[in-house]
Amino acid sequence: MAIKQLSIFVENREGTLVTVTDAIAKAGVDIRAMSVADTNDFGIFRLIVTDIAKAKQALDDANAFVSVTEVVGVAVQDEPGALAKVVKILADNNINIEYMYAFITVSKQFAYVVLRVEDNAAAEKILTEHGITLVTEEDMAKL
Amino acid sequence: MQKKFYQPEAETMPVNEIKKLQEFKLIRQVRYVYENVEYYRNLMDEKGVKPEDITCLQDISKLPFLSKNDLREAYPYGMLATDLNNCVRIHSTSGTTGKRVVAFYTQNDVDMWEECCARAIVAAGGDAGDVVQVAYGYGLFTGGAGLHGGSHKVGCLTLPMSSGNTNRQIQFMMDLNATFLCCTPSYAAYIGESLKEKGYKPEDNKLKAGIFGAEPWTEEMRKDIEKSLGIKAYDIYGLTESSGPGVAFECCEQNGMHINEDHFYAEIIDPDTGEVLPEGSKGELVFTSLDKEAFPLIRYRTRDITVLSREKCSCGRTFIRMHKPMGRSDDMMIIRGVNVFPSQIEAVLLNNGYAPNYQILVDRVNNTDTFEIRVEMLPEDFSDTPKVITKKEKKLQAAMKEMLGINPVIRLAAPKSIARSEGKAVRVIDNRKKMGINT
Repeated sequence: MAIKQLSIFVENREGTLVTVTDAIAKAGVDIRAMSVADTNDFGIFRLIVTDIAKAKQALDDANAFVSVTEVVGVAVQDEPGALAKVVKILADNNINIEYMYAFITVSKQFAYVVLRVEDNAAAEKILTEHGITLVTEEDMAKL
Repeated sequence: MQKKFYQPEAETMPVNEIKKLQEFKLIRQVRYVYENVEYYRNLMDEKGVKPEDITCLQDISKLPFLSKNDLREAYPYGMLATDLNNCVRIHSTSGTTGKRVVAFYTQNDVDMWEECCARAIVAAGGDAGDVVQVAYGYGLFTGGAGLHGGSHKVGCLTLPMSSGNTNRQIQFMMDLNATFLCCTPSYAAYIGESLKEKGYKPEDNKLKAGIFGAEPWTEEMRKDIEKSLGIKAYDIYGLTESSGPGVAFECCEQNGMHINEDHFYAEIIDPDTGEVLPEGSKGELVFTSLDKEAFPLIRYRTRDITVLSREKCSCGRTFIRMHKPMGRSDDMMIIRGVNVFPSQIEAVLLNNGYAPNYQILVDRVNNTDTFEIRVEMLPEDFSDTPKVITKKEKKLQAAMKEMLGINPVIRLAAPKSIARSEGKAVRVIDNRKKMGINT
């Protein structure tokens, strides 16, 4: 159920982000969601893309340092309080969110959020039990 | 039975006979140098020493030292002891620590040197049936020529690869069944890494041993290379100034390098006072070449810090052993007033599970030394959360602090992002030197 995210290590030097984004562009892959976590010395560029295999190959070929991480995709109603509800469910069930970011794409009804937790399966189970819609790889490709 | 010694009569000579031989050769060599090398004659005259004052080995302490500076000053012909017509070869230092030094060889010098290298190959288990891949640089550098010549002397099939073109090294290694690899330890580590990347396991190659030298390396690095190539890794020591690799070599015990004492006389001195230290003391290694004709150096200060041991070796060789140098005093950095050797940093990395791919950056900002170590992280250490990586940096920093006494900034980098070397590795970038700061 979990969706796959590309995590790319980028050193804080000029041009490193260009190499990465260029490789994805040339592979003809679309970016659906992204976030950057950074320190003084390096950043980790996280991406949800339309074709992960193709993007990973292109990045490997460009000598980028990349790994694939599983994350949970959640569809929340595009209305006030919807995200708070999801976060509260997880907190009540002692599931820690390590990081979270939003999809670039929005539909009329939903906003999409990427969650990184320790135990994906547990988070998915709890959220489903509470009637929260999860996003699958297939859903994502259609977005 | 496998041949154990290349020249058993020399390599197993009783110690008292070695000393007698050295005494005879020293007296002869001092006279020869005094007569033929004006530069050294002047040094002796300044000190008030005449060749006839040298009557036994102990008298060597009366003689003046030679340093790399002397050789630079005497460049190019000042140390030459014979007519150029008698010389057949020139080699040169890599110039890693400054201006190059050129050394000359007669045919006898070349033969003696190659025999020393042959002793090293046989001591590492080599014989005429071996295929020796020489991946040291060929050319002015002594590494390629020395092991190449030694391999010929033993009768091995020699693969004169020179350094570089790692794909071709690997192809020939596999296709032509190389059994010995000779190169710098950093290049051996790189070849091991490349083999793994191409999907080869250590047992896929036919290599059984490697002879690695020309730069300092640690025990940890030895284990690393032995594992990645599936071989026994042997150290070899030498300097262009003293002929090249083969001045000392490791035997099957891998416990210190036997110095070819029939050709070289070794002393350990206090690097500050120049005083000769008793056996077993740690100090600077000083060499006197006892047989060289073209470029004979007397009491040459190597800048290498080591210890000598006459303890009996179970391999049967009687030659004195020198420990792996703890680092050249040339390699030593003084950072925030503390002595730091790259070999210490390498040891910490390998002990903490990192590959020996690193770069040391030293600079001075606002009158304070900055000290940074860039280290490649292992692919399996990657995390999608920065705090996991930062934590690893902190852990490595603590280990460095414990070894060095000062705190470096640790910067983990992507795998393969630090340039690999095919010859001597560029480990240190000290920008203070550019500013003319005397370090």
